[in-house]
Amino acid sequence: MAVHKRSYHAYAGELTPRGSRFLIVSRYAFRNALSSRPLTAYFALCFFYPLAIALALYANHNQRLLALFHTSAFFDVNAKLFFHFLAVQGTLGFILTALVGPGLVSPDLANNALPLYFCRPFSRAEYVLGKMFVLVALLSLITWVPGETLFLVQSSLAGTTWMSTNLWIMGSIFLGSAIEILVFSLLALALSAWVKRKMAAGAALLGVFFFGAGFGQAINAVLRTKYGFLIDLAKLIARVEDQLFRQRASTGIPAADAWLALVAISVFCLFLLEKKVKAYEVVRG
Amino acid sequence: MAPVIELEGLGVTLGGRKILEDLRCTLSGRAIGLLGPNGAGKSTLINTLLGFYPVAAGTARVLGCDIRTEMKQIRDLAGYMPESECFIAQLTAVSFVRLMAELSGLPSDAALERAHEALFYVGLGEARYRLLGTYSQGMKQLAKLAQAIAHGPRLLILDEPTNGLDPPARQRMIRLIREMRDSRDLHILLCSHLLPDVEETCEEVLILKNGHQVHYANLEEERKANRRFLELETLGGDGAFAEAVERLDCECAIAGRRLKMILGQDFAIRDLYRLAEEHGVQIRRLNYRRDSLEDIFLKAMENHNGRP
Repeated sequence: MAVHKRSYHAYAGELTPRGSRFLIVSRYAFRNALSSRPLTAYFALCFFYPLAIALALYANHNQRLLALFHTSAFFDVNAKLFFHFLAVQGTLGFILTALVGPGLVSPDLANNALPLYFCRPFSRAEYVLGKMFVLVALLSLITWVPGETLFLVQSSLAGTTWMSTNLWIMGSIFLGSAIEILVFSLLALALSAWVKRKMAAGAALLGVFFFGAGFGQAINAVLRTKYGFLIDLAKLIARVEDQLFRQRASTGIPAADAWLALVAISVFCLFLLEKKVKAYEVVRG
Repeated sequence: MAPVIELEGLGVTLGGRKILEDLRCTLSGRAIGLLGPNGAGKSTLINTLLGFYPVAAGTARVLGCDIRTEMKQIRDLAGYMPESECFIAQLTAVSFVRLMAELSGLPSDAALERAHEALFYVGLGEARYRLLGTYSQGMKQLAKLAQAIAHGPRLLILDEPTNGLDPPARQRMIRLIREMRDSRDLHILLCSHLLPDVEETCEEVLILKNGHQVHYANLEEERKANRRFLELETLGGDGAFAEAVERLDCECAIAGRRLKMILGQDFAIRDLYRLAEEHGVQIRRLNYRRDSLEDIFLKAMENHNGRP
């Protein structure tokens, strides 16, 4: 139908499948997020470290280079390397979340756009899933995707024996990244839904991270305990990853408690989203 | 005509307060008006029909679909233009309408085509690549209308569509609503507290007050019925003219030289002129009167004054 036919007429064409409609929201959110040049530049920066590790792995297996330095290997490639890789990428991921996350839900709330979404055959869960997918995709691209790629690069250079011995690291990389992605994404969305201003939501996210760490340390010092770490997000994630990568515990809290605390934080974020992501809020009284 | 909206004892309670109570009505017009003073529950009724608020009692059907069990189907069929200012600031109008059409299930290409058409249709064709955040109030209203019709709904729900519009923009909005109504492709549910808006566009009216249904009027029928209501002012003659008029097919009330007549089906106006000539009476003024929507509304409000 041509644009010049300016009369109302019903739509009689095909419809898209319901199950994939949340990706429409993701597509528009992606486009909006990546329209910012500084953000795109930062996102590109997040690939420098994986690239450096890939080059180091190559150098570690380059016989000519090793002979030049009269050594059999520059460094050991084991779980510790991937553990540190994930810690660095996780930090970069958190900053990326702080840059992208606040702009996902808060503008829709500030501009009362939610009724426009929910008056269609499009649920609140699909909306949250669509917005979350943006963070999941971006964070995946800088955490487990390069992590697994590096593992495969090392396997191809070191041979099948190394691969079969260290195959469990693949699972750890994926699971460790998944925990980071899930917690960061839910936290960013929940804060974005509760703080209507984008800048304030970004500040709140950083606040949760740094005040949690400071407050946790204070609790530990005053009460002479280690359970203050339960409100320190970085320490919780690190403790879980210690266990996943079979590393020495970095904090005194049991890994099970760290897992439980992360689950509790995620559930609380979902609760906050359930309360805020609605077409209209009911004012009581 | 098949019912568009059926209210079956519908009740809504929000924050512990009864907002709507025992609404019972069947509306089947091409354009249905929802009238009432501020706080009457008009927007709440619309939001309940769209599933935004939970139903506390009874139920309702929209185009045959139950709001308790078939909300997805209802949302498939409906287009909604909210009362409040709502948009996505960082999008251009065409991207905004396209996004909304895609969320309604249109494939990407079809959604883009429909977005262009809808924006041209509402008169924003030239401004469709501008960011919504830069639009004036009137343009935002039109953009909201465009997103509500882009996916071709069968029921278009308009909540105070002329809010904040200047007179030319209001006229444009009313014209668009009338055009859509006359296209016969969709039904319209128009919620407003502005009587002229409803009078100019709607065939049926449901009047609410304090969450109660106070009146239902089929405006088309009322217009037809009230056309037979006549006011007459005469000069000269005597009481014989009035007596003769009363013998015609009408009910007559006499107050001095003024006659108020409710005309029957077989009443012919030429009989009146004939009688006037026979009795030497001058007819100085003759008015067909009809109840305006304002009369209907005020009567409904008066009748309901005794209720909470």
